Order: sequence, then C-alpha cells, then structure tokens
Amino acid sequence: MLIELKGVHKTYDNGQPLHVLKGIDLSIEKGEFVSIMGASGSGKSTLLNILGILDNYDEGEYHLAGKLIKNLTEREGATYRNQMIGFVFQSFNLIGFKTAVENVELPLFYQGVNRHRRREAAMAYLEKMGLTDWASHYPNEMSGGQKQRVAIARALITHPEIILADEPTGALDSKTSVEVMELLTRLNREDGVTIIVVTHESGVANCADKIVHIKDGLIEKIEDNRQHHSSVFGTKTIMK
Amino acid sequence: MRHRLDIDTFREIGDSLFRNKRRTLLTGFGIFWGLFMLLFLVGGGNGLKQMLSMNFEGFATNTIVIISSNTSKPWKGMKEGRYWQLDRKDVERLRTLMPELDVVAPQVSNWGQTATYKGNSSSVSIKGISGDYHKVEAPLLKYGRTISEADVEQERKVCVIGKRVYNDLFPEGDDPCGRYIQVGSVFLRIIGVDYSSGNISINGSASESVMMPFSVAAQLYKRGNNVDIICMTGKKGVKMSTLEGRIRSILSREHLFDPTDDQAVMVLNTEQIFSIVDNLFRGVNFLIWLVGIGTLLAGAVGVSNIMMVTVRERTVEIGIRRAIGAVPRDILSQIIWESVALTLAAGSTGIVFSVLILNVVEALTKHQAAFQISFWTAILAALLLSVLGVLAGLAPALRAMKIKPVDAMRDE
Ligand SMILES: Nc1ncnc2c1ncn2[C@@H]1O[C@H](COP(=O)(O)OP(=O)(O)OP(=O)(O)O)[C@@H](O)[C@H]1O
Ligand SMILES: [Mg+2]
Repeated sequence: MLIELKGVHKTYDNGQPLHVLKGIDLSIEKGEFVSIMGASGSGKSTLLNILGILDNYDEGEYHLAGKLIKNLTEREGATYRNQMIGFVFQSFNLIGFKTAVENVELPLFYQGVNRHRRREAAMAYLEKMGLTDWASHYPNEMSGGQKQRVAIARALITHPEIILADEPTGALDSKTSVEVMELLTRLNREDGVTIIVVTHESGVANCADKIVHIKDGLIEKIEDNRQHHSSVFGTKTIMK
Repeated sequence: MRHRLDIDTFREIGDSLFRNKRRTLLTGFGIFWGLFMLLFLVGGGNGLKQMLSMNFEGFATNTIVIISSNTSKPWKGMKEGRYWQLDRKDVERLRTLMPELDVVAPQVSNWGQTATYKGNSSSVSIKGISGDYHKVEAPLLKYGRTISEADVEQERKVCVIGKRVYNDLFPEGDDPCGRYIQVGSVFLRIIGVDYSSGNISINGSASESVMMPFSVAAQLYKRGNNVDIICMTGKKGVKMSTLEGRIRSILSREHLFDPTDDQAVMVLNTEQIFSIVDNLFRGVNFLIWLVGIGTLLAGAVGVSNIMMVTVRERTVEIGIRRAIGAVPRDILSQIIWESVALTLAAGSTGIVFSVLILNVVEALTKHQAAFQISFWTAILAALLLSVLGVLAGLAPALRAMKIKPVDAMRDE
C-alpha cells in the first residue's frame, strides 16, 4: 500500500473551530489513478494537502510508503515532498519572475543538483511537454495550458512516485483540459506514476480508475471506474 | 539536502533582486542615502576643520600675546579708565623674571600704510618685529630670509613682504630680494617674501604685512620706548595658561594697576583658541556621526520594513519553494542574503557617490583642504553596512520562515 489513511481528522481553528475532515479511511496502491470529487467546501483540498504533507492533521494515521507521516521535522517533510511527490495546482503556481525552464529546475536546485545537470533535465521535460520553444519565456507570456504543462514538468522532474493535482483543469478550456488529462493518463499508464486528482468535472474524474466521493468531510462512496463510463457526457470529452 | 553557499545560491538571490527592479531600487535607496549622507558629512566636516585650521597656520600653539588696555578698577588713588603702555623695559623684565619663557618678542605696528614699487602700490600693515619673532609665527619663505637679530641691532632698512603685497608690487612674479620698496618716506630693501597664509589677525595677517626690524619701525613712527604688543612662547612642556597670572602681576607692579584687573591687560592665549576650535569640531563631529548613523539606521529600518512587506507579497512564492523541497533554512538564508546583497550594493553606491561629490567639493574649494574621507572610514562604513544588512534581513527572514508549504495554495 503506497498511501494508507486511517480515521484522519482535521479541524481548522481560526477563532471558531471548523471540523473539516471527520474520519477519512482511504487506501491507494502504487500505480493507481484516483480522482476525488465532492461539493465545494467538502474538504477535498484539505485532504489533498494532507496527502502531500503540505499540511498536518489532528487525529488518525497517515502512512506513506510504510512510513507514518506524523510530527515530521521540517527537513523530513521537505525531503518527502521533494523526492516522492509532485504537485500540480489549479492556479499553476509558477514563480512569476522565473522563466519556464528556471521554474522547472527549481526542485532540483533544492536537491543540490548542479546547474548544468538541472538545466539538461529541465529541458528534457519541457521537450516531453512540447514546450522547448517556450523554455526562456516568463509565465505571463504563456497560455493557461502551457503554464499547466510547465507546472507538470516541474512536478515530474524529481521522478516522484505520486502526482497530486488540485483541480488541474480548473482554469483551462475543454480542449486544453483534454490535453492535460491525456498527459496525466499517459504518465500513469506508461510510467506507472500514482496520480490523485481533485476535480469538480465529471469528465476529468472519468479519466481515473477510481473515483472517491467526499461529502461533509467523510467518504461517501468509492466508485470503481475502470470502465470509464462515469461521465454523462461520454468518455472522450470534458464538458465545461 | 543542500546547505551550501555556492554560485547557484547567489544566482538565485541575484535573480530575485534584479528581476524585481522597482522593489529593489525602492528598498536600496534608504541605505544609499544614509551612507551617502554620513560619509559626505564626515568628509565635509574634516575639510571645514582643515580650512579653519589654516587660519592658524604657522602660529605656535603655545603663544601668549599681551596688549595693554584701559584699566577698569581704581588703584592706589588712581581712577579707573586710565591708559598705560607696554614698553621695552617690560620685555627685559619678563625675560629675566620668567625663565619659563622661550621667546619674548615685542612688536610695534602701523596699519593702513601704502607700499609702492615702480608705479605699483599696495595697502599694507607695518610690523616692526624682533629677530626671534619667527619662532612665534613661522614664516613660509618663498624667497630670501627673515628679519634677524643683526638687522634689529644695526637698524638695517630691510623688510620681508607678505604674499599679497608681493603679488601687488611684483605682478611679473620674480625674486624681489635686493629691490627697494617705498613705505611712507623711507626706502626698504626687500630681503624675503613670506608666503604664509595664516590668518590670525593679531596685527594684521602675514600676507598683507611688511615686516621690518623692530628698531627701524620704532624710529620711523617715533614710538620711543613704546611697544604695541608682546608675543611670548613657553619653553618645552610649559603650559602657558598657568603663566598668565604672574605676567599680569609683574606688569601691574610696574605700571601701577590692580593685579586683579583683568581688563587692563588683554591676554590672547592661542592654546585656548586651539582648544576651543578643537572642542567645537569634536562636537560637530559627534553631531555628524549621530545624524549620519541615524540616517543610516533609518535606512536599515526602511529596508527591513519594505522586505517585511515584500515577504508578505511573496507568501505564495515562498510557499511554492517550500512545497517543492525548500527547508526553512533555505528560505531564511535566501532572505538574509538578499538583504545583505541589497544593503551592500546600495551602500557601495553611496560610498562611491559621496567620494565623487567630495572630490567635486574639493575642486570647487581649489584644493585648499582635503575633504575626502579616509580609506579606513570607508572600510568601517562597509563593515557597518554588512552588520546592518544582516540585522535588517533578520525580522523579514524570520517571518518568511514561518510561511508553510500549504500557503502555496493560497490564491492571491
Ligand atoms: N486555512 C484554512 N483555515 C480555515 N478554514 C479553512 C482553511 N482552508 C479551508 N478551510 C475551510 O475548510 C473547508 C474545506 O475546505 P477545502 O478547501 O478543503 O474545500 P474543497 O472541497 O477543496 O472546496 P472547493 O471545491 O471549493 O475547492 C471550507 O469550509 C473552508 O472554508
Ligand atoms: Mg479545493
């Protein structure tokens, strides 16, 4: 089991406590493609942040690759994020004053990889994303789809086992959404990367083999979607 | 994980400074201005001090000059307000009664005279001086020699002229020694030219003086035994201010005035003047450093403040860095190095700029005085800057360290 959650609770306390996750049990195997769906405010992003060790939880247990993720030091957390997990966000979260290639190589900078090898690796991933010509452009000179592909290249450069994506198509039109999802699907099929995608769009969710439905901080049901028949709009489109 | 300071770290810092130019300029200006002001004021203060000190050029620092004046207290039946006069016997008396004195040099003077040479004329003040006067006010001889004891004894009709007099009378500017100038009804042979620019106006400044033997001047202006002023210097190690009382009492005994009558003898003590000027500039210097360092500190606080705001603006950026593998120490050192780099760059610009401006000031004052700051002042300033840079970066860096990876998810 790559990911194992047992009775995970999370309460935000900004003056007034808000119990967001109310006992999540979830197991994800290596190489799975999972999507998480649910109403706005149901706790999807909160769950994903916990999975990515971006945030901590209050109760329960989270095992990542057999290791209990609890009370980690900043350094341990950073190491796990850097080496096991790649992040893709709805708003891309590229650094504005860095070019595409500089953004992609940044995780390697924090690993202490030298400049030359960083640049080489970053260019290889940009090429994979079909963005070679855009390497020295700044994010504000690129389209949403291009930015999201740069972000995916950045997530992939450390060869993570897991990619966590929070509404990766949320800011894209349907055509680029399809492209991005095809990219993620190929990564899952060909390279065996475990992929977890939070989304509102049934078309996006339909790419996954397993759909986790969350309601009010609890898992409502886990749907087997290996047939990819979940989308009411058909299998090959993403309806916006 | 990495924890080295290498070229990449500095490239990272350079990038975030250079690619956010407006932010960088805004932040650096305070430091630039602070350092510029500090060094400019320090340099300017030194230059002014030198220019003021030039007024005392050549003057022995342990000189007492006495001048007779009206009495201000009644004494032995005589009314106050009586005038008395120094004379040659006083000179002898002071010499014999006060062995601590090195030189006792009498002087007679006559202001507002005119000296002429071949149609050129110059308004001058005449000083009749003794052969040892040069020990009181050192001349800066461009040509010839000073008045000697022999000149005084033999009443030779010779003179030493000051710089301005020389320029007026000899505009072509060659050696005038041996020529004769006319002052009043007498012709005097020039034996020297004094270029000293000292400006202590005890009897007119050196540059507009015609100095002749004391005996000649006394005869020429029919002074008899009278003496206008007596200049005295002490032997080595003698503090002149301690002698003042005895000088007054010797004179009061002879000239019959109250020894406690301070106004009857005007005493000028250069030691006092020098110490006043010294104290003045010590005060000015203190103020300069106070104001300068204050400005500098304000600059540093400014840097700190703006970086604080910057860190808040960069929350998402820093969150992203944390999410993709930066540890808090990476962030801490990045912010502190940014602050140090910024402070040093802005500060060095301030140093260079102040050096340039001080050079201009020096040129404008025709290089009369050195306005430039010393090498060590600059080094000290640079050290101060580095410390300031670290301090200014500390608070923002600590705040940046508190940014959590999850903050990367925050939408702006
Ligand atoms: N940092 C936080 N502090 C306090 N409350 C928070 C914080 N982050 C999220 N919440 C609250 O927790 C609840 C769940 O938030 P979460 O972002 O997980 O929802 P979500 O399912 O991702 O919703 P959406 O589909 O709109 O993105 C919401 O009510 C939200 O207001
Ligand atoms: Mg969300």
